Amino acid sequence: MNAKTIWLYIVVMAGVTYLIRMLPLALLRKKLRSRFIKSFLFYVPYAVLAVMTVPAIFESTGSVFSAAVGFAAAVLLAYRGAALLPVALAACGVVFCTEWMMRLF
Amino acid sequence: MQQTQQTTASVQNSFWAGFHDGVPIGLGYLSVSVTFGMMAVTGGLPVWAAVAISMTNVTSAGQFAGLSLIFGGGTLFETALTQLVINLRYALMSLSLSQKLERRVGLIDRMLFSFMMTDEVFAVASGQKGEVGKRYLFGVMIAPYCGWALGTLCGAVASGFLPPSVRSALSIAIYGMFIAIVVPVAKQSRAVLGVVALAVALSCAMHWLPVLNTVSSGFSIILCTVLAAGLGALAAPVPDEPSGPDGEVA
Repeated sequence: MNAKTIWLYIVVMAGVTYLIRMLPLALLRKKLRSRFIKSFLFYVPYAVLAVMTVPAIFESTGSVFSAAVGFAAAVLLAYRGAALLPVALAACGVVFCTEWMMRLF
Repeated sequence: MQQTQQTTASVQNSFWAGFHDGVPIGLGYLSVSVTFGMMAVTGGLPVWAAVAISMTNVTSAGQFAGLSLIFGGGTLFETALTQLVINLRYALMSLSLSQKLERRVGLIDRMLFSFMMTDEVFAVASGQKGEVGKRYLFGVMIAPYCGWALGTLCGAVASGFLPPSVRSALSIAIYGMFIAIVVPVAKQSRAVLGVVALAVALSCAMHWLPVLNTVSSGFSIILCTVLAAGLGALAAPVPDEPSGPDGEVA
């Protein structure tokens, strides 16, 4: 991939992200009235994170099996109330150990 | 945050108070941005590109989604739409913060700190009592920005030295973080759980079902998100929070 293509992606990403942040703060002074839009915006982060995680997570590591074990570990820890970093590191550790054991057999 | 009176009494506008509040955010960003730097370079981007993305975007989910589009050969239009959908929440935060800002903060300043309006900066700013001023906000933003940029550089440079087994394990890190964000909220709220379950089902359908799996990953993310969040908003509208950061409508 050449530098020009990469810059195009960067400019588009940065431009859109900036406009989303800037326009409401700079232009709008009124509070949102629509309950539907407020609810929609409330659900968006969770929906989008779920969509990006499943099923992509199962193809993120060396094998589907190690990824599935890592996924299960992350869900379990997060359910138990562990914070962001411990959950992420534990998932990595579990994947590493699983793949290490898979190479033994 | 509980107070909604429009008294002019309390304005948080100390630069150093802001800087102090920003340091833990910056430290937290280090680990995430190291992961981003590693993923970007592992996937084939040069180090400078990873750092440039972090220094111009400053948003985790959007940047990771951007990577998958770049690596997957997504079009620029798909990239723009994906950023729009993923980062739409910032519009609500900016809107909310506009009610909390000191009135005399001018347009130029508003345009400047829009750049760094992350989830965590927003959370800290809206946690202040009364209004916030520009010196406080600029103070908050310094450490997170440095942490984000430096972490990306470290991750990008370090990834070349890591063996494949470690890189394989690290590539699940970002998903682990997403899970850590979603699961605790889904545990508390049945509505969020429903939205997440629907989102996962749609996403799997788009990935595995014939015809649907020919849709590019960028559009798939947008479609599934809008459907799941939209149906969630229809089926379970969020109640108006009386103690929200915006106070009451005048």
